[in-house]
Amino acid sequence: MHELSVTESLLEIALRHAEPAGAKRILALHIVVGQLSSIVDDSVQFYWDIVARDTIAEEAQLHFRRVPVELSCEACGHTYSPENDEFSCPACGGERFKITAGEEFYLESIEIDK
Amino acid sequence: MSTCIPVVENILSANDRLAAENRAIFDKAGVFAINLMASPGAGKTSLVERTVEGLAGRLRLGVIEGDLASSLDADRAAAAGAAAVQINTGGECHLDAVMLHAALPQLDLKSLDLLIVENVGNLVCPTSFKLGVHCNILIASTPEGDDKPYKYPGSYRGIDALVINKIDLLPYVDFDMQNFRRGVEMLNPGVMTFPLSCRTGEGLDAWLDWLAAQVKNRA
Repeated sequence: MHELSVTESLLEIALRHAEPAGAKRILALHIVVGQLSSIVDDSVQFYWDIVARDTIAEEAQLHFRRVPVELSCEACGHTYSPENDEFSCPACGGERFKITAGEEFYLESIEIDK
Repeated sequence: MSTCIPVVENILSANDRLAAENRAIFDKAGVFAINLMASPGAGKTSLVERTVEGLAGRLRLGVIEGDLASSLDADRAAAAGAAAVQINTGGECHLDAVMLHAALPQLDLKSLDLLIVENVGNLVCPTSFKLGVHCNILIASTPEGDDKPYKYPGSYRGIDALVINKIDLLPYVDFDMQNFRRGVEMLNPGVMTFPLSCRTGEGLDAWLDWLAAQVKNRA
């Protein structure tokens, strides 16, 4: 599980943006996670309660927004969400695609109290 | 009164920055670096041994071995004739740019042509953490089954070359090469593939020649 290092990065980024804004407390973090990012929300929350202790972010709520996988067929341009293990295009059966969504993993915004 | 501050920063950006630093260190030293990934038991260290032996006299090799614990793998690489360093991740499931960066001073990179970084045996986590190497390579092995591209798409997507190890076992295991290759082709069209056996040596020459050519092209 690499959620510990992920959670430490998350805290570092949140604190770095909160301090110049004059935050007294960080109330919430809004995190965007693509379905292809192998991150377990509950595990990040678990580590957060430990790594954020004694910082201005210790009571922050973590909000995760999951982005479903979206593929774009290179043959016909159809965009679709793969189901189960079937990645081929439901429109034309094409097997070459670009991943247009689902790999996101970023901190979108934070809410602070001044 | 709460205020919303837009951030929009990749959570692994610190790792990515250090990966870029690692790349600069490799380029300055003139060493070509590769990252070997695979599940435990696929034959990462065996491929390291065969590669070190096979390229001896043609290239100067260094090896960095990532493992949760022990120096067994570095010992094997050193016995095969490479300058070898062990990183013990202490439980972490992958190498990251920070760990690699910390290990680099233990090798005289200027005296090397090729640096092989052997990642922790895992098909999930190593793909998320860039190391700064020039080339990412995955080793699949036939006993693992032909469904692995479908089950671990992330590990097949970002790679530059694929080794299929243990082809000597094909008569004894249920491994449908056609189904395997179909999955690989969907996820990573046209990726270079090297079916081989570290045990019998079959197919090794194509891998060694390709690797040596990569090193030469970047030099």
